[in-house]
This record gives sequence, C-alpha cells and structure tokens, in this order.
Amino acid sequence: MAETQTAERTGSIGSSKGSDDIIVIRNMHKWYGDFHVLKNINLTVKSKERIVVCGPSGSGKSTMIRCINRLEEHQQGDIFVDGIELTNDLKNIDLIRREVGMVFQHFNLFPHLSVLENCTLGPIWVRQTPKKEAEAIAMQYLERVKIPEQALKFPGQLSGGQQQRVAIARSLCMNPKIMLFDEPTSALDPEMIKEVLDTMIELADTGMTMLVVTHEMGFAKTVADRVIFMDGGEIIEQNEPNPFFENPQHERTKLFLSQILAH
Amino acid sequence: MANSHNPDMTPGLTNAYDPGEHPDWPAPSSVKGPVHWIKTNLFGSVTNTLLTLLAIYLLYKIIPALVQWFFVDAAYTGASRKECEAQAGGACWAFIGSRLQLFIYGFYPEVQRLRVNLSVVLLAAALVPILFDQVPQRGKWLIYSALYPFIAAWLLVGGIGGLEYVPTDKFGGLMLNVVIGVTGIAFSLPIGICLALGRQSHLPILRIVCVAFIEFIRGVPLITLLFVAAVMLSYFVPPGTNFDLLVRMLIMVTLFASGYMAEVIRGGLQAIPKGQYEAADSMGLKYWQSMRLIVLPQALKISIPGIVNTFIALYKDTTLVIVIGRLDILGIGRSSLADSKWQGLSTEVYVFVAVFFFISCFLMSRYSLYLEKKLHTGH
Repeated sequence: MAETQTAERTGSIGSSKGSDDIIVIRNMHKWYGDFHVLKNINLTVKSKERIVVCGPSGSGKSTMIRCINRLEEHQQGDIFVDGIELTNDLKNIDLIRREVGMVFQHFNLFPHLSVLENCTLGPIWVRQTPKKEAEAIAMQYLERVKIPEQALKFPGQLSGGQQQRVAIARSLCMNPKIMLFDEPTSALDPEMIKEVLDTMIELADTGMTMLVVTHEMGFAKTVADRVIFMDGGEIIEQNEPNPFFENPQHERTKLFLSQILAH
Repeated sequence: MANSHNPDMTPGLTNAYDPGEHPDWPAPSSVKGPVHWIKTNLFGSVTNTLLTLLAIYLLYKIIPALVQWFFVDAAYTGASRKECEAQAGGACWAFIGSRLQLFIYGFYPEVQRLRVNLSVVLLAAALVPILFDQVPQRGKWLIYSALYPFIAAWLLVGGIGGLEYVPTDKFGGLMLNVVIGVTGIAFSLPIGICLALGRQSHLPILRIVCVAFIEFIRGVPLITLLFVAAVMLSYFVPPGTNFDLLVRMLIMVTLFASGYMAEVIRGGLQAIPKGQYEAADSMGLKYWQSMRLIVLPQALKISIPGIVNTFIALYKDTTLVIVIGRLDILGIGRSSLADSKWQGLSTEVYVFVAVFFFISCFLMSRYSLYLEKKLHTGH
C-alpha cells in the first residue's frame, strides 16, 4: 500500500516535469541533533519564478535553501529539483548541483585563483567545456556583471561588492536553471549593496528562477513574485509582495515587518 | 584665503587647501629610511644601545678569528696532519680534500661513479618543473620528474639493461644522504597528504587506520624504527627472500616523515574556511576535484613553513643511518678520524659536515620563502 503510494507520487512528479514546477518540497523536516530546525516545509517553485525568503535570524531560511542543493541534508520529506529526486544517491546530487547555482553571504570565491579562473573552473571540470570556450563564456558573464577589466586580478584585490558580483558570474558560468542567494548583501558595506542588487535585478529580468534569502525589502518589493516569511523553522506566510507588505495576515509577520521597516 | 571657508579655525593655524583637496605628501624622514631604521632598531633605548655595542664587540672578536682559521691560516695541500701544521696553524683542509671522493661517493665503485654524477644531473633536471612553474612544456616535464626516482634507482643500483650491479651496501657518504633525503621528501609529501585527508574522512575505518598510523609514528623514535628495519623486518618476509636493507631504511624514513607531514597538512586543512568546501560542492565538483583544485592548493600554501621544516628535519635525520652500520657523510667523517696520518682533526670534519648540511638546508628554507611570496595573492 505504502509502496504504491510512493510510486504514484514519483509518477506525478515525473509527469509534472513538463509543467512549470521546477522545485517541489513536500513535508520536509530537518533536525540538528535534537533541535528541530525545519518543520514540515511545503514549497513549490515555478520555473522563472522569483521568490524572496525573509524572517528573523535562526528561523531556518538559509537552512531551507541549502537543503535544495544538498549543502544540508534533510531527514524527512521529499525534495524534487527539475524532476530529479534529492536522495543519498550521489549521482542525483551531482545532477542537481549542476542545475543549481549558489551565491553565498561571504562570497566564498577561491582566493588562490584569478577571477577568470574562478569562473572557468566549474565549466571546465564539471561540464568538460574546452578551456578557450569556458574563458569566452566567463568573459561574457563578467561583462554582464560589469567587471571584465578585473578578470586577471585575484579576489583579495577586489572590493566586497565586486567579489559578490564575481561570485554571481561564477555561478552563471555553469548555466544553471535555478539560482539560490543566501543573504548576498549582508556582508557588504552599505555603498556596495546597490551594485549587487542591481546585478540581481538584471538577472531577474532575464527570466532566471531565483530563490533569495535577504533582508532587502526594497528588492523584495520590486523583484519578487512571491515573498515567503519563515519563523521558528516553519513557513508562516507567503504572498505576492504587495499584499504581503500592505496587509500581512499573521501576527508574527506583522511584528517582523514592523521591526524591519521601522528604521 | 582658503581658511576663510572655516570660520571656526583656531587663529594662527592656516589651511592652504580646501576641504577634500589635500594632496598626498611624502612621509617625513623621521618615519622611514636607513637612519630611522638604525635609530629605532639598534639605539632605541639605553638597553638597546648597550646590547648593540656588546654585539658589535663580540662580532669584532669572533669574525676575524674565524676568518683567520677558515681561510687565511688554512692549509689546502699536504699528505698528513704534520705537513698541514708545518704550513700554518689554521684549518687543515688538505685532510678533507684527500678524502673528498670518499665523502661524496662512499664505497661506490670508482669506475662506476659517473652513474652517480649522471643521476645528480638528472635530479637537477627533474627538480626544475617542480620548483618553478613558468617553464615551457611543464606538464610533460613533470611526468619525467615523477619517473625520476625509478630512473635514478636503476642508474644507481643497475643490474638491468647492461649496467653493472652495485649492491646498496656500497652506497655511502653524501650520496647516501641525498638518496635517502630525496626519496623521503618525494614520497612523504603525497603519503602525508593522503593520511591527512584520511584523518578527516567520514569513513570511520579509514579514519581510525590513519589516526592509529600517525599516532604510532609520532610516538616512536626514528632510531627505533631504523633498528626495526634492520633487524625485525626480516622476520616478516619469507626466509630466503632478500629484502634490501637500504630499501627498508627508505621505507622507514619515508613513513616516519609522512606521519609528521600528515599533521602539518592537517593544520593547513583546518585553516580552510567551510565556505570553500561549500562553494566547491555547490558547483558540482567531485570530492577529489574539490580537494585537488580548491582545498589542497590553499592548505599546502599555508603549510609551506611546516612542510619545509619536516623536509629539513628528515634530511638531517638521514645521518641516523649510522646506527645500523651504514656510513653517510657524517659516518665517513668519523671513520676517517681513525686514520693515524690525520689523527686529531675532528674539528675540520665536523665543520665540513656542518657546512654541507647548512648550505643544503638553507637553500630549502630560502626556496620556501620564495614560494610563499609567489603564492601570496591577497593584498
């Protein structure tokens, strides 16, 4: 009985591959030891959808998006990315990681490689792109994030904003279908936040599927198709940006918004 | 006047530039230059001044006397100690000169010594692509470097392909030090890397084996391991098989250095932020790819001082082979002292051996500094 159920489920996902659901998370739970970090997460992301995830620190929002590319392991529930189920099968994990780019709070550029080498590493070693071709693609993306002139420098010689734009270009070089952003502007000086947000807005305009954990509510209002509010490891509320900000339904959402918009 | 922009300015102080217009001025001589350096570093305080003067006095006493003994009063020719002393009262380098061949080649057959020289030349050629990355055709050249230990082993031991067989107990002197040192260095680094990675592994059995190995090696003196190599290992091989003593020593020295190397590299691995692993993972790199391309280049760079430290220690430890009856450069020196013609010249022998080791180790340490500078990519 249980088996047929699972089979049906997988079947429905397989058939939904043709539809727009690129990420499906169902009844997902995660624990750190005894600590229940993520509680019954259900989330479906359509292709080209732009989602902003917000919430107080420790609410599990980073952990949730890190589960999508298996930087964190979930213990219960299902995650499907582009029709592939995320299990302990390393093959599936590799397949999913090729399709999912990630931008981190602390950039995580490789300091021993030049900007260009940072961008070509993935295509060359994971996608077996010839070096010349990978470099041409990398230069194209570096131009798109407006720093082609820094290509031969090392990350340590760039400003924070420039490093984060390189990190975005590096992810794009893998030609991903989905981009995850884990607080991409939180480690930046105020005057550099705008250049990174502008890059992300341009990326959104190209139709990329984006999941962004951020405290930048301005970005959420202008770019997001949907805003998700998390607290205590649960998705409390989700809505389109206008009703979400104008008319929050849940008490905790109201409290959070009043705190974050007060200053 | 420019200072009229600022009505609050204290009277008497002038500001020649508008706000935001101040150019960069050169630093005053009181904060830079050789005079400043001498002033702050050598004569900064009364104690410093006294210590500086004392040091100058000691150098004045020691250096000329040393130069006198080393060079000015030294005898470079002569057939015995008496002849040396007849020339001058300084060092008797004639003694070293008369035995130089023995110091370098040990008991390697005289007619075959060209093979040793050739392997040194080939060693230099093998080192070039390892030490410097800007050489043409580096990839192909490195393949040769990886093959070099086997080429050298064939050249030195022979027995195959028309080369006369030279048993390894004929190896001695400087040549023995270099053979053991180069083998130990060449093999302890990769083994050490594997042990360090194994110690971090999520696979419990692999981790336990690596930890046990490292802790065992670190807990046992090298001399003990060499005795084990000389005496006990023959119990473990089937009777009748000839397991060469030199090979046993090479294995022991290499394993010993690997244990230390693993710990040095583990220190480097721990300094790599978690974000680097995550960035590599999220890109889809496989374990060995992310280790080789991302983690190890950074970890090894951080570990360079410790790695070279281990290399130098290993190189100097090659003199310990004396305890199992092999005569390296130090052993040859000690046995030379027994010669009645040259009795009492131990200072010259030990100075010679010390200078030899100092030069080799100093070169290694300078190279490591060069490498650290070259790999520095921050600001």
